[in-house]
Amino acid sequence: MYRYDEFDHTFMAERVAQFARQVARRMSGEMTEEQFRPLRLMNGLYLQLHAYMLRVNVPYGSLSSSQLRGLAEIARKYDRNYGHFTTRQNIQYNWIKLDEMPALLGDLAKIEMHGIQSSGNCIRNTTSDQYAGASADEIEDPRVYCEIIRQWSTLHPEFSYLPRKFKIAVTGAPKDRAAVALHDIGLRLYHNAEGKAGFEVLVGGGQGRTPVIAKTIRKWLEPEDMLSYLEAILRVYNLWGRRDNKYKARIKILVNATGIDEFRNQVDAEWDKIKDTKLQLDAQEIERIRAYFASPAYETLPDYSAELIAHGEQNTAFKEWLKSNTAAHKITGYLIVNLSLKSPKQPPGDITSEQMLATADLADHYNFGELRVNHRQNLTFTDVRQIDVYELWQKLAALDLATPNIGKVSDIIACPGLDYCALANARSIPIAERIQQRFEDIDRLHDVGELSLNISGCMNACGHHHVGNIGILGVEKKGQEYYQFTLGGSSTEDAALGDRTGPGFSTDEVVNAVDRILNTYIEQRDDIEETFLETYRRVGMAPFKEALYGAN
Amino acid sequence: MPHMVIANTLRDGRVVFLSHDGSWAAAIADGELAQDETAASRLLANSKSSANSNVVIDPQLIEVNETDHGRQPTAYREYIRAYGPSVRNPG
Repeated sequence: MYRYDEFDHTFMAERVAQFARQVARRMSGEMTEEQFRPLRLMNGLYLQLHAYMLRVNVPYGSLSSSQLRGLAEIARKYDRNYGHFTTRQNIQYNWIKLDEMPALLGDLAKIEMHGIQSSGNCIRNTTSDQYAGASADEIEDPRVYCEIIRQWSTLHPEFSYLPRKFKIAVTGAPKDRAAVALHDIGLRLYHNAEGKAGFEVLVGGGQGRTPVIAKTIRKWLEPEDMLSYLEAILRVYNLWGRRDNKYKARIKILVNATGIDEFRNQVDAEWDKIKDTKLQLDAQEIERIRAYFASPAYETLPDYSAELIAHGEQNTAFKEWLKSNTAAHKITGYLIVNLSLKSPKQPPGDITSEQMLATADLADHYNFGELRVNHRQNLTFTDVRQIDVYELWQKLAALDLATPNIGKVSDIIACPGLDYCALANARSIPIAERIQQRFEDIDRLHDVGELSLNISGCMNACGHHHVGNIGILGVEKKGQEYYQFTLGGSSTEDAALGDRTGPGFSTDEVVNAVDRILNTYIEQRDDIEETFLETYRRVGMAPFKEALYGAN
Repeated sequence: MPHMVIANTLRDGRVVFLSHDGSWAAAIADGELAQDETAASRLLANSKSSANSNVVIDPQLIEVNETDHGRQPTAYREYIRAYGPSVRNPG
C-alpha cells in the first residue's frame, strides 16, 4: 500500500488546522453559510436530511487493517457506531457534528485518510478493481496507475473548479469489475501484439439523469504518457464543458455534443503541446510507485481446492458460500474471499464498528493486514490461503459477513435514498431489505443465479440503477413513492444501459414485481447456465413486460 | 393547512422546528403552528433573523397536518426529516 511521506503528513496537519479555523469562523458568525458551504464540501462534509454526512476517500478501495480500526473508532466516537461503504469505494458517516469535525479530521489524518476532493467539481477518488494484484486474469496491477493519478489529481490547481465532478476508473484485467465504461474517463490495461502493457482510453461515460456508455478515444496509450493524455482531456473539458447548466456540465454531454472524432482531435492538439513535458512518466517513477504495491509474501502452497470441496460436501452452507463468495487467485494455494455487506439484517454497504474491528483482526490474521472496498458495496480479502478458508468462513458467518449472495439478486447496490439523502425522491434501503428478505431462501437465490439488482432513490443514479441487470429507480408521484424498472443493464466489459419496462410500481407492489421478472426469466431461460442477462438479451423485453403489466 | 418552520442546526445538523418563543425545538410537537398565510410569513421572517443565521441552516416553511397521531408533514420528504430514517440504525 502507499504510505504517507513527511510532506503528506505536514500537509494533512496544516489542512486540519485550516479547517478548524474555518469552522470556528462559521460558528462565531464571522462567515456566512454561503461562504462556508464550499469550504466544508472541499473536506467532504455535506448537510443531509437529518445531520451532516462526511464522505471519506478510500483510495481505489484499498485499506489497511489499522485504517479500518481507525474508521471503526471514528464511527464509535463521532457517529452512531456504523459506517456506509459506497459505490465509489468510499465510506460515509451519516450523523456527524460540525463542531467535532476538526477533531475527527485529526483522527483521520492519523490513519492517513481524509475527505478532500470527495465532493465538489474536481477529480474524485480514482476507483479500481477490488481484485487488483490478486486475480488470475490480471494483466497488470491497476493500483500503481491509480496512485499516480491520485498524486497528480490531488489539489491540482488547474482542475479544482471543473465544470462538474470528474471520475476516473482503472482496470488491469479483461473482466471489468470497476465499471470503467461508466466513468468520465475509463482506463483499460491490456497487452498489445508485442506483449507490452498499455491503455485503451474511454471517455464520456456516466450515469445520472443522462446515462452514457463511454466511447473509446484512444485505442493504445503508452503508460508513460498516461498523465499528459489525462491532462489533455481535462484541459479540453475544462475549456469547453458547460458551466451554465449543471445538468449539462459533465464531460459526457460535451463529448456527445462535439462528437468523439472532433473531441479526439482537440485532445490530440492539446496533447501535442504537453506530451514531452514533466508530465511524461519515466519508467523509474512508475517502478517507484509499483514498489508500494509489491505482492505480499506468498508461501509456496499446494492446491487445496479438493479439500475445500470435500468440506462443502459435509456442509451445504459452506458449499454455497464457497461457490458465490470466493474467486480464483493468481497464486496456487490462495483464494480471493468476498465479505458480503448484504445481510438482510443491515442496509446494503452498512457495517458496524464491531464488525469493522473484527474484520480488521481477520485481515491481520488471514490477509496480510489489508482489505478492499468494492464498488458493489462489499469488502474483499484478496490473499487468503485456501487452507484457511473454511476457518475464515466460520468466523465471517459469526459476524454476519458471510451471506452467500455475492453476484446474486440479494447482493443489492442501494444508495442511502430518502432515509438520509437530501437529493432523493424515494427510499432505497427499505426496498432493498424487502427484496433481500424475499430471497433469503438460498436454493431460490442460487437457482436465479448470477444477477445484479441496483436501486437508486433518484435520477442521480448513485445506486447504479441504469447498469443493473434489474434496475430500480425511485420517483415521487403526487407525494407517493413509485419505482420504475429497467432491464438488461450491465456495468462490466459488455456495459449496457437498461431498458425501461413501463409504468412504475408502488412501494407495496415492487417486491412482487421483482418476483414476476425472475419467474419470467426462469421460464424463458434455455437452461440453468443461461444467466438473466443472457436470457434478456436473447428474448427481449416482451415476456417481461407481459409478466409485469399483462397481455395488453 | 397549517405551516411550521423546519431547519437544520448549524452545530450538528439536527432537524429543528421554530417554536413560539423563538427558540428551536427538536420535536415537531414543540414547534409553532402558523394557521394562516400571514402567520406563516411572520414565522419564516423570524426564522431568518440575523441572530438565527449562525444557529440554523436554511429554514423553510413546511405544510403540516394535525392528526390523531400527532403532526405530520404532508410532503413525504419532510415527514422523514421530522421523524428520522424509516430504517433502524445498524450501529
